[in-house]
Amino acid sequence: MATATIEAAPVKYTAADYKSEVKPIWCPGCGDFGVLSAFYKALADLNMNPANTVLVSGIGCSGRFPAFVEAYGFHGVHGRALPLATGVKMARPDLTVVTVSGDGDAFSIGAGHLPHAARRNVDLTYIVMDNEIYGLTKGQPSPTSPHGMEKKASPYGYPDFPINPILMVISYGATFVARGFSSRPKEVTDLIKQGILHKGFAFLQIYSPCVTFNDTFDHFRQTTANLPTDHDPTNRMMAIERAMSLDPLYLGVFYQQERPTYDQTMAEMRDKSGGQFSLEKLIGKYRT
Amino acid sequence: MAALENDLVVRIGGDSAAGGIVTTGEVFARIASFVGLEIYTTRTIPAEIKGGHVMFQVRVADHPIYSQGDELDLLVAYDQESQERYYNLLRPGGIFVYNSNDLTPPDGGGVKRYGLPLNELARKIGFTRGRNIILIGALVKLFDLPYDRAVEVVRRQLGRKKEMLEQNLTALQTGYRWIEENIGVESPFHLRGTSRGVSDAAQDERLVISGNQALSIGAIAAGCRFYAGYPITPASDIMEFLAAEFPKIGGTMIQAEDEIAAIGMAVGASYTGARAMTATSGPGFALMVEMLGHASMTETPLVIVDVQRAGPSTGLPTKVSQGDLRLAVFGGNDDSPRFVVAPVSVEDCFYQIIHAFNLAEKYQMPVVFLSDQDMSVRVQTIPPFDLSRVKQEPRLVWDGNGPYERYVDTPTGVSPMSLPGMPGGQYTAEGLEHYASGAPGYEPELHMANMEKRYRKLDAALPDIEAWGMYEQFGDPDAALGIIGWGSTIGPVREAVARASENGIPVAVFYPKALFPLPDARLKAFLEKRQAVIVPEMNYTGQFAGMLRARAQSYGIERPIVKVNQYGGRPIATRQVYEEIVALDKTLRK
Repeated sequence: MATATIEAAPVKYTAADYKSEVKPIWCPGCGDFGVLSAFYKALADLNMNPANTVLVSGIGCSGRFPAFVEAYGFHGVHGRALPLATGVKMARPDLTVVTVSGDGDAFSIGAGHLPHAARRNVDLTYIVMDNEIYGLTKGQPSPTSPHGMEKKASPYGYPDFPINPILMVISYGATFVARGFSSRPKEVTDLIKQGILHKGFAFLQIYSPCVTFNDTFDHFRQTTANLPTDHDPTNRMMAIERAMSLDPLYLGVFYQQERPTYDQTMAEMRDKSGGQFSLEKLIGKYRT
Repeated sequence: MAALENDLVVRIGGDSAAGGIVTTGEVFARIASFVGLEIYTTRTIPAEIKGGHVMFQVRVADHPIYSQGDELDLLVAYDQESQERYYNLLRPGGIFVYNSNDLTPPDGGGVKRYGLPLNELARKIGFTRGRNIILIGALVKLFDLPYDRAVEVVRRQLGRKKEMLEQNLTALQTGYRWIEENIGVESPFHLRGTSRGVSDAAQDERLVISGNQALSIGAIAAGCRFYAGYPITPASDIMEFLAAEFPKIGGTMIQAEDEIAAIGMAVGASYTGARAMTATSGPGFALMVEMLGHASMTETPLVIVDVQRAGPSTGLPTKVSQGDLRLAVFGGNDDSPRFVVAPVSVEDCFYQIIHAFNLAEKYQMPVVFLSDQDMSVRVQTIPPFDLSRVKQEPRLVWDGNGPYERYVDTPTGVSPMSLPGMPGGQYTAEGLEHYASGAPGYEPELHMANMEKRYRKLDAALPDIEAWGMYEQFGDPDAALGIIGWGSTIGPVREAVARASENGIPVAVFYPKALFPLPDARLKAFLEKRQAVIVPEMNYTGQFAGMLRARAQSYGIERPIVKVNQYGGRPIATRQVYEEIVALDKTLRK
């Protein structure tokens, strides 16, 4: 598998170096803390240069993530983290781009962007912290909430059925698809590192329970399990089959594939165009 | 009739399923421009892909033209529908050329009628799809244009395949001969200025170009290197243009999955330092408004082109309107400053898009660029672009010294911006209200100070708007009667004012090209000298008139405003403006 070469920064960073001065506003015990510390650790392990790293987010508890990291950040509007991140990466392919969303941001309001970032194979890492609820707006069901869940907005049980993000994203053509659980930080660190090193669109669904509105820590402790040792991430059918399993809910890298990234394809287009340009000549084409 | 003419309006109508109506018009217009004449084209195409009525109009003259013209000198009808729609627009003494195989002309009415058996002629040369080229040949003869120039244009425009070229040239000759043999040597229209040779043509620097093309070239000249868009009539050809050119200059064009993604990508690219643009039309612009507010809040430079078409909703996708002004100026939740720039013509699209980029970059703010369907798709002759007028205002980038604060307040409100890759410049561009560092903050004093900071940038830009000449002012500076307008209505206004002047009615005209912020000093001075003003607009409610009334009130100047609204999806006519001038002049004289 081809991996990105990360330019060695002149200094050796520690996890603490990536902590910004802004303190997280999440509820004590929130799964997002686990993801954040795993993220600091992953950046340190890869010795990422904060100045060349850009974090892009949408709206929700997840949206606050970039502010807590010592790196460049963009806190966008709801559901549009992927287009914003695509713009960043395509304008500046030299930057390492990480996009962060929650399940509402990624799979509800922003779901229309996911297939396109995946099929283009934009070289970025997309971390979706999935708590199966809208936390910031105080507990409405989300596209990954179970059918029948009783909340204020679904007093007689949630009428919708949940989507399967891993299955969906594999079918969209993502070239790296993985799942983690915030209570298993070592594995999450490892998945984030693999995602960043992967050349192409890396999708990470991280179960990250909401202690306040949807405490599913026990549920995920009981139902998650590592992908079997015989799992072959280059085998798409096997990946799809295991993505469909609800008990256990597998953790690990479901699928990985090598394919030209969007910026590589764009570079090819530039070669194809011949690269010859003159404004005067272009205008000359419109002479009478 | 055989007297020298110097200004003629030709309209061609037919069904798009039959094909070639626009080609007929375009090739004919190019022949006219190639022999040294000025052209101004207008078209209405159906919103459907196949089938539906198509109209192509070209006004040809030996002097600059500013509008499509009010009445027809020559009507060419392929089918019955075209005859029914346009016959009564022919001026007395005008000419009606029709496909005599498909329709019967109405009785006389002072119109000369020439029936061309187009189907029959096409069959005779074994080229049934060549009716439009036969017609071009006929028009060349009717206008007494040099035949060799016509051959040259057909060769250039339609000569990509050799066999096809032979057929096309045969068709051209067939039409030309038919007129010669059936109508005679005496041509009904002799246009002046048609006698120049090939060498003159080769030295001609004038351009035959559309507004979207001029805008795209202007964007490149302005340093734009990132574009994301989503297909929408009538803006798609900007995307197609840049798709071909950007790769050659290291730029990036992305066809996004929707308009929200398109503006998002442009904002993301601009955040990294790229000069970025997206283009759309009304429905797409409506979708972009949330992100427009975000760019205003995060102080991210961006150019959003809205090629206005008639709405609301899907409306009339291929028809013109100026109905998005209010959305452009006020669209968004709460007060979010942006610039709104409006070009007035095809040529002006080139210069104003450069100003739009410069405002965006210098003041770190989104700019809405309001062109319209008419000027964007219309092809016309214009003077060559003056490249010496192209200036790129740089973005104020952080110098890399000392601790960095992204949104630090300054006298102009513009804060130095760090770009990803600059060590020590890390910050989060924040859509929440924020401290100077970018960290979220919600105190009332902070929000108030930031509102003032963001709006202060508009005031800071006013001297540039003045210095860059973002307005047109003409007519009689002492006239009691004024016209204030925006965008492409300036063409018919220019002609109406010239006609009024010939008839002894002085009129003063003011067209700001920055519609937000409006150039208050200039506007106030203009209003002070007028007794009443006409505001022509292509929308129903008079959106600009409403804005003007509010500004005038804020200056303490009350002047009667006469609205002239064209909301049928077509341009304002010169006559419509002229009649309003005459009526208002009468009232003022009482």
